[in-house]
Amino acid sequence: MPYSPLLVKPMREELSTLGVEELLTAEDVERWMEHKEGTAMLVVNSVCGCAAGMARPGIRLALDHAHAPDRAASVFAGQDLEATARARGFFPEIPPSSPSIAFFKDGELVWFMPRHRIEGRTAEDVARDLTAVFEEHCAVAAG
Amino acid sequence: MGTFHTGKCDLHGITVVVDTAGPEVYVGRCDDMDDERVILLDADVHRDGDGGRSKGDYLAAAARHGVWNRHRRLVLPRHRVTSVRRLGEL
Repeated sequence: MPYSPLLVKPMREELSTLGVEELLTAEDVERWMEHKEGTAMLVVNSVCGCAAGMARPGIRLALDHAHAPDRAASVFAGQDLEATARARGFFPEIPPSSPSIAFFKDGELVWFMPRHRIEGRTAEDVARDLTAVFEEHCAVAAG
Repeated sequence: MGTFHTGKCDLHGITVVVDTAGPEVYVGRCDDMDDERVILLDADVHRDGDGGRSKGDYLAAAARHGVWNRHRRLVLPRHRVTSVRRLGEL
């Protein structure tokens, strides 16, 4: 059963205020995923503080990095059910977990951070993993 | 910010590997654990050799992307358990 929208609102805002687009419907996800060019990070947001409590601050730290994805969006597991199911349909071989973070380059999944790679770690740890991916895939080669 | 759960074991909410002296190894989210039992949520079980995969093969795949939720809740008698480790540490 979904949590109260009032409880979830600040958890949504923790990402949306960073410029992470909220995808609330399956159609939103389709539209966002249609755009293939460049780099894109899709966050499966979650209520549970055991892991999500460090995922969101980690994402905030990482997005401050010099190299960041061209686009970032989120779906909220357990809340926006159709949007989350549609998002997971873009990486069907990976067991569902939340929070989790998918990273796409030119429409292809190139990296995935499942929940168990977030649990029990600090925001800095999560940010370190993310920035390593950003540096690998988002940095423009110096000319 | 998030919801937190009190009154549970230290591994509550953490995805763990529960190994046994037998062929089974379990992976799931630890709900609680005491001297009597280990309770896992959203868990999977693998038996050594199933599908041609050893416990080690299965855990290597689990460590990469996680496991499919095949059991909503499993209660494992503690006397069968030889170790409980965080999946994220594999």
